[in-house]
Amino acid sequence: MEQNYYQREIETMPAEEMKKLQSEKLVKQVKHVYENVKYYRDLMDEKGIKPEDIQGIEDLHKLPFLTKADLRDAYPYGLLAKPLEDCVRIQSTSGTTGRRVVAFYTQNDVDLWEDCCARAITAAGGSKKDVCQVAYGYGLFTGGPGLNGGSHKVGCLTLPMSSGNTERQIQFMMDLSATILCCTPSYAAYIGETLKEQGYQPEDIPLKAGIFGAEPWTEEMRHGIEKTLGIKAYDIYGLTETTGPGVSFECSEQTGMHVNEDHFYAEIIDPDTGEVLPEGSKGELVFTSLDKEAFPLLRYRTRDICVLSRKKCSCGRTLIKMAKPMGRTDDMLIIRGVNVFPSQIETVLLNEGYEPNYQIVVDRVNNNDTFEINVEMTSEKFTDKVSEILAMEKALANAMKTMLGINPQVHLVAPKSITRSEGKAVRVIDKRKLI
Amino acid sequence: MAIQQLTVFVENRQGSIVSITETLSKHNVNIRALSIAETEDFGILRLIVNDKEAAQKTLLEEGYLIKVTDVVGVKIGDAPGKLSEALDVLDKANINIEYLYAFMARTEKHAYVVLRVEDNDAAEKALHAADFHLITEDDIHKL
Repeated sequence: MEQNYYQREIETMPAEEMKKLQSEKLVKQVKHVYENVKYYRDLMDEKGIKPEDIQGIEDLHKLPFLTKADLRDAYPYGLLAKPLEDCVRIQSTSGTTGRRVVAFYTQNDVDLWEDCCARAITAAGGSKKDVCQVAYGYGLFTGGPGLNGGSHKVGCLTLPMSSGNTERQIQFMMDLSATILCCTPSYAAYIGETLKEQGYQPEDIPLKAGIFGAEPWTEEMRHGIEKTLGIKAYDIYGLTETTGPGVSFECSEQTGMHVNEDHFYAEIIDPDTGEVLPEGSKGELVFTSLDKEAFPLLRYRTRDICVLSRKKCSCGRTLIKMAKPMGRTDDMLIIRGVNVFPSQIETVLLNEGYEPNYQIVVDRVNNNDTFEINVEMTSEKFTDKVSEILAMEKALANAMKTMLGINPQVHLVAPKSITRSEGKAVRVIDKRKLI
Repeated sequence: MAIQQLTVFVENRQGSIVSITETLSKHNVNIRALSIAETEDFGILRLIVNDKEAAQKTLLEEGYLIKVTDVVGVKIGDAPGKLSEALDVLDKANINIEYLYAFMARTEKHAYVVLRVEDNDAAEKALHAADFHLITEDDIHKL
């Protein structure tokens, strides 16, 4: 396959040169953060680190980590490094509690984010001749805006569909000959199944490539989607804390995702000790934003378990590659592309007057995530009327939806019926077999 | 006047009802009447028993979720149309029925209907005025 690059010089830069570029950016960035973010300055002072101590990327390990807890403590402006008047955008993660992350962007930040997405679209074979259908959600969620911006930069005719309304998606796809589809892998699979039901063969479908991310998916799922839609399916990775999708992206080799390491420096650490592990080791993925202005996180712990590799890639890109994340160091679940923490479910239960005795059951049926929460009925709430109990289940599901952004099926179950192993309740049963 | 029903939350799995009835039988509790309402997730077992205190104690000890609910018990003749007569009284008095179940007496030519309504007092008043015999906790013990 002939290779096109969106920013050839960066994407094929020799490792030594890349390291030099990263070092220059890091020194500047640490100074910027130290001067403008009191929260991080305090963390550095606590460790006795001054900006002068960071002379290059080899000194990065001296800096303190940032975690999601820091983001919560600093909400909303505590990690902002630019005056608000210089910011042009916010994006946010789902969830309406303290877990919410609000990220700020200057125009330069939006540009570099969209460049990253443009690299991903180009690596998937996209050019200005393409029609790019963006079926990620638009709004606070980064998926839609990110790929939309990237598609513009590449010069594709962009269809800003947002998610849902599958009939309309299919109509636009067929009538306007969309060649690239961007959405979550489960939605791609759903669109594929719907097309199949409507009698379309893969060769009838104008698509040639798909860029799918925001939730974990398997190789098996990839093959299924590729077969039904008659396309090549590319993975994309990102998180709101860094920018959104496009932190890393897959190329034609489909053996891991190239990290846009001129903007995001990746480290793998031992999640227990914080020690940096050598290339090829499995550990927690940590990102440092090298040139983001408004919300520049240094050494942000993603909680994703991952492996990095600098093996030569057949696509010609020299950007370091990360494997598909292999799990989490915390209890976060990704359900239908939405981050769900068991603690959020606990909060809702306590607010609604239930005991925090619950069990989450996640499965994938026909490539779609099912999400059920079993909750133990309490003696205060118990009544002899079925209609009242069904109404309680519905009210609880609604409260969960408000908190989590996605709709679970809530089942009220008998007290002490939730499995306890060695005295400790099993809170999460994930049957999806994603790894 | 009302009689008391034991309501038990039942898990939706095989053997869950038999474990309740076994628990009751071990403590010599005799079930006079029962009904079960079920959904996909759970069941609600409603019981009229001869010894409510013993039943309540043993079920609580076994970890069951129970609730005591006041219901209306009414005696009706064991003949076609008798239930309709009683229900008609409630209908005319604008009393909504949540659920009901019935059981036969062993010796007399009578049946008993257990009614769950929004307003027990109003239901009893209406039935009494129409010359229906309402049953009491005492009657249940003697059954």
